[in-house]
Amino acid sequence: MSKLLEVKDIHLTIDEAEILKGMEFSIEQGEVFALIGPNGCGKSTLAYTLMGINNYQPQKGEIVFKGKNLNKMKINERAKLGLTLAWQEPARYHGVTVREFLSLGLKSRGEDVSEKKIRDALNQVAIRPGQYLDRFIDKTLSGGERKRIELASLILMEPDLVILDEPDSGVDVVALNNIGEVINHFRENGTGILLITHSEEMLHYADRAALVCEGEIIRQGKPDAISDYFKSYCLPCHKEVECDTEVAS
Amino acid sequence: MNDYQMMVDAYKDAGGEDVFSDSDVAHIVLERDKILGQHTVEGLNVQAEKTAEDTVKVFVTVESGYKIKNPVHMCFGVLPEEGRQKIDMNVHVKENAHVEVRADCIFPNAVKVEHIMDAVINIDPHGSYIYKEHHFHGDNGGVEVIARSDINVKSDGKLTTKFDLLKGRVGKIDFDYEAELADNAAVEMLARISGQKDDFIKIREAGHLNGKNSRGVLDSKIALKDSGEAEIYNELTAGAAGAMGHVDCTEIIKDKAVARAVPIVEVSHPEAKVTHEAAIGSVDSTQLQTLMARGLDEREASEIIIQGLLND
Repeated sequence: MSKLLEVKDIHLTIDEAEILKGMEFSIEQGEVFALIGPNGCGKSTLAYTLMGINNYQPQKGEIVFKGKNLNKMKINERAKLGLTLAWQEPARYHGVTVREFLSLGLKSRGEDVSEKKIRDALNQVAIRPGQYLDRFIDKTLSGGERKRIELASLILMEPDLVILDEPDSGVDVVALNNIGEVINHFRENGTGILLITHSEEMLHYADRAALVCEGEIIRQGKPDAISDYFKSYCLPCHKEVECDTEVAS
Repeated sequence: MNDYQMMVDAYKDAGGEDVFSDSDVAHIVLERDKILGQHTVEGLNVQAEKTAEDTVKVFVTVESGYKIKNPVHMCFGVLPEEGRQKIDMNVHVKENAHVEVRADCIFPNAVKVEHIMDAVINIDPHGSYIYKEHHFHGDNGGVEVIARSDINVKSDGKLTTKFDLLKGRVGKIDFDYEAELADNAAVEMLARISGQKDDFIKIREAGHLNGKNSRGVLDSKIALKDSGEAEIYNELTAGAAGAMGHVDCTEIIKDKAVARAVPIVEVSHPEAKVTHEAAIGSVDSTQLQTLMARGLDEREASEIIIQGLLND
């Protein structure tokens, strides 16, 4: 498998606080790579930096996607290359229907809007098209519903790499299983996934995983091993345990 | 081509439905003070008469118990570059009656046009009136709209108004609507306007929830760019048990546009409640960046968000 994304020694400082301290990893085509770590360790900041959100511009390091350096690219240029992001808290849109929102995924690929494809994508995320297509993406939808609709839009977009930021937060068990199915759908279609989570249950869906602590990757390896380490050392961590930064095989 | 056909064509160009030949649909077509067409249906009296130079009086009366099936279509406008149109509208929805009016106001070539609407609206007990006004102003920005409405909604009556101006230039708009509500009456006033260049929008909507369990919603959504300016004064007072209302004003601005929102909320009964929300600012960054992460550029993404807000 070829390297789809290479993150090389990324440093990001905001308001004199160093948030990312030399992160380094790669993702291959069709691979699910999970980043796990406690709240506030820099996972979402990394996601925004990769996507170019909020003008997060690393002061040092390189983001290489499909052989191209993304550092200076705008969000939509990165998206057109095949990289996209699903937010931890998806946005609400006054007056924009589910149908209109989903059609953007097709339009971004230069495809005509197909009602059948939109319906199929909604069915894949366990949303009944007949009940939702004409609804607005506003406060009348729950966070879990908006999350699933966002996943449907990613399915239609068919990206090469998708960053899923805390896909399991704020969703019920049924939706969680559904997210697992969507992850498998992406994997089978050759889409790489950067799965960002603070829940070790989500690591079951990953091929590889890395543990993030205070802006650094302190361990990479098999999901089971990372999960065990996370449970043993990170969850009970009160800054008393010395974590080694050795990379596990 | 005669005036009637020119007016109907302009109406269709502005997105209006071709309803004027349908005998089941009541309508009025006015160009300045020229009455080009009028038709009514059973239970409804729709009538226009010229009362002075540039001035036409329009009567809409719905007889007791009649629920008018098809919306009444009103087509008002000034076709030349300059002109004045004053409409004195008198609406009376009698007991247990219902009617919906769709008014399309068309000024496609306006350079110096004045459109004045003075309305008196009376809704009797259990009556219901829906008034949707759609404006099309062309690209010159030469329209001045001055609209005044005195509204009286009696017990269990209901009024809904929806104003939109989403294409073309606003020019200058100055609205002043005031509604008095009796027991169990309800009013909903919605405005959706997109302004640009040196457009100026001033809206004052007031609802007085005087009756027990009366309800009121005032909802304005405005998008402004260039050096457009908007002032929105939403006033809701509640002075009876169970009276409830909500004021909502959202304004999105770009460039050098300026927006002001002044909600006035007054409650004078311990069992009444009025809430208000106002938000003025640029396009929400999470909304924008989500759409950009789907491949849209910033301009396309902003347009979708603003159009969505105005369609809401």
